[in-house]
Amino acid sequence: MKSTYTLPDETGHFGIFGGRFVPETLMKAVMELESAYREAKADPEFQKQFQDLLKEYVGRETPLYYAENLTKYAGGAHIYLKREDLNHTGAHKINNAIGQALLAVRMGKRKVVAETGAGQHGVATATVCALLNLECIVFMGEEDIKRQALNVFRMELLGAKVVSVTSGSATLKDAVNEALRYWVANVDDTHYLLGSVMGPHPFPMIVRDFQSVIGKETREQFLGRNEKLPDAVVACIGGGSNAMGMFYPFIKDEQVRLYGVEAAGQGIQTPFHAASLTKGKPGVLHGALMYLLQDEDGQIQEAHSISAGLDYPGVGPEHSYLKDSGRAQYHSITDQEALDAFQLLSKLEGIIPALESAHAVAFAIKLAAEMEPGQNLVVCLSGRGDKDVDAVKTRLQGGVTNE
Amino acid sequence: MNRITQAFRRLTETNGKAFIPYIMAGDGGLSCLVERLQLLERLDATAVEVGVPFSDPVADGPTIQQAGIRALKDGTSLNDILVELTKAKANLHIPIILMTYLNPIYSYGINRFVEAAQTAGIDGCIIPDLPIEEEEIIAPQLAEAGIELIRLVTPTTPIKRVEEISNRGNGFLYTVTVKGITGARGEFDGGLSTFLSSVKQVSPIPVVAGFGISNNEQIAEMTKYCDGVVVGSKIVDLLSKNRLEELEDFMSAYKKSSANI
Ligand SMILES: Cc1ncc(COP(=O)(O)O)c(C=O)c1O
Repeated sequence: MKSTYTLPDETGHFGIFGGRFVPETLMKAVMELESAYREAKADPEFQKQFQDLLKEYVGRETPLYYAENLTKYAGGAHIYLKREDLNHTGAHKINNAIGQALLAVRMGKRKVVAETGAGQHGVATATVCALLNLECIVFMGEEDIKRQALNVFRMELLGAKVVSVTSGSATLKDAVNEALRYWVANVDDTHYLLGSVMGPHPFPMIVRDFQSVIGKETREQFLGRNEKLPDAVVACIGGGSNAMGMFYPFIKDEQVRLYGVEAAGQGIQTPFHAASLTKGKPGVLHGALMYLLQDEDGQIQEAHSISAGLDYPGVGPEHSYLKDSGRAQYHSITDQEALDAFQLLSKLEGIIPALESAHAVAFAIKLAAEMEPGQNLVVCLSGRGDKDVDAVKTRLQGGVTNE
Repeated sequence: MNRITQAFRRLTETNGKAFIPYIMAGDGGLSCLVERLQLLERLDATAVEVGVPFSDPVADGPTIQQAGIRALKDGTSLNDILVELTKAKANLHIPIILMTYLNPIYSYGINRFVEAAQTAGIDGCIIPDLPIEEEEIIAPQLAEAGIELIRLVTPTTPIKRVEEISNRGNGFLYTVTVKGITGARGEFDGGLSTFLSSVKQVSPIPVVAGFGISNNEQIAEMTKYCDGVVVGSKIVDLLSKNRLEELEDFMSAYKKSSANI
């Protein structure tokens, strides 16, 4: 069964979602970015540069691994893992960082600004800036700097300047605010290298396209091996970039079910979660109309999750659209369930997942159990857990790491 | 006729320039909002921009961010502000322009907001995260209610676009003087006078400069090229420190110099 899917529309909307809700100062920049991207996309030279770096520098393609032990444990559908954890810098974030940095160079911009929560996107951006000799400045919430000290050091080692953000809740959402303010003031020579499928058009489209290498490879690898498509794909959702990268090449294959997994934190019945699609309502933040955690007066609420990479009160506009259209389904996994899956995957498969990815694994185990033994599902293992072992150790020993 | 347009008509007749202070509603408690509006009316402000506090004000610098945080801590909501303005409507004659990010209005409900704003006697709206590409979401309803949508242009706006934007509105064209966020500045870019002049040349509506303006020298310089100024962070700062005499001196000095232009 095939359907047509051509979003975003010309004005950058996915149904009611998306758009360009930015101060006028940035309109010229986002319009220039859009035309530069459309040209680059059609330019074989640019595509070759991008593909070459993905292959030689990032180490693509990444394996599609059949997790036999995990499959036995779950007792249902076959579970495959798309190993984005094996990428250079340890997560999918580098796919997008490389694409956008090449775009910045093409646009003649030698300075790059980025936001980061866990530090994964910051590290990926700093890495690519080192490679391409770009000046790099990363905004990071004061709270996250404390939680992810090692990643701060990594970024500095790579030559980036990390700026502590103390405004608001001093986490990812405030780092985005500060990066946007910086971009407003330095828009002439600076590219904003946004880390997920959020922000004003064309960012959600650009990030999706650069990340869709995940789903494209998965689709080909799975077809090559099984001569059919998987029945379901599963990915965790922070802003939604690894999920969009996995989903997009499958959107037209209507028989493939798409599952996004949000962070339920301490539980979606408590105020301490990051389940924007499950518990939020549509609103406007950081340039886009999307599902948002907000109070009754439209003030944005803080998100909470054991994984800093899912700790964001919004979710990309395309996911907002896919939810309302019913094409994708969204569920949530608590801190505790993610921690259990983190340990389980380590013990069963010898793979320590990022805490973000552990959310997808936890949900996949439940889903597999409900599916038929002959069916197949693929989990996007978005990153490796090296960055999290310290926090998990503290937590398992009874300490409190997050709040 | 909308009170903003009337105010600019009067200025034209007297060769005066507009002075539009910005205040943050709820900073210092919502109970002093009307008092402050009346003070500014007495000091002969042309209109007042009333800021609605928002958790994530991306276009604002530290002074207005902090004022917003104080207002939110005090529990100020859009609804409270509208209620307060509605109550005081009969005692306020100065044009009121609500400055709010889109989400508080979106969450309130666009139609419900426009109706309540009309009831509250609001004359105009500035929505800094709503470029013309997205304004269909609220512009028709505002126009229907006789509330001016005040649009912004900036030094990065190409002149053809300035022309397009200025042709959409009636009240005035808010001309952002810097590439950057709000907040007092010591100096402005050398090209500012050229920029203001070129905006003035294409705009069929009054051109008002704003962002970063904090003293009378700057105002005198800018109003050579445009029809008035918005002063934000400076006013917010003086009010929050309760330096009312300084505020009066600032505004009366301006009035004197404006009368002499
Ligand atoms: C390993 C990993 N997975 C997932 C995410 C969440 O981001 P997104 O939803 O954009 O993929 C992050 C963010 O830092 C991450 O580091």
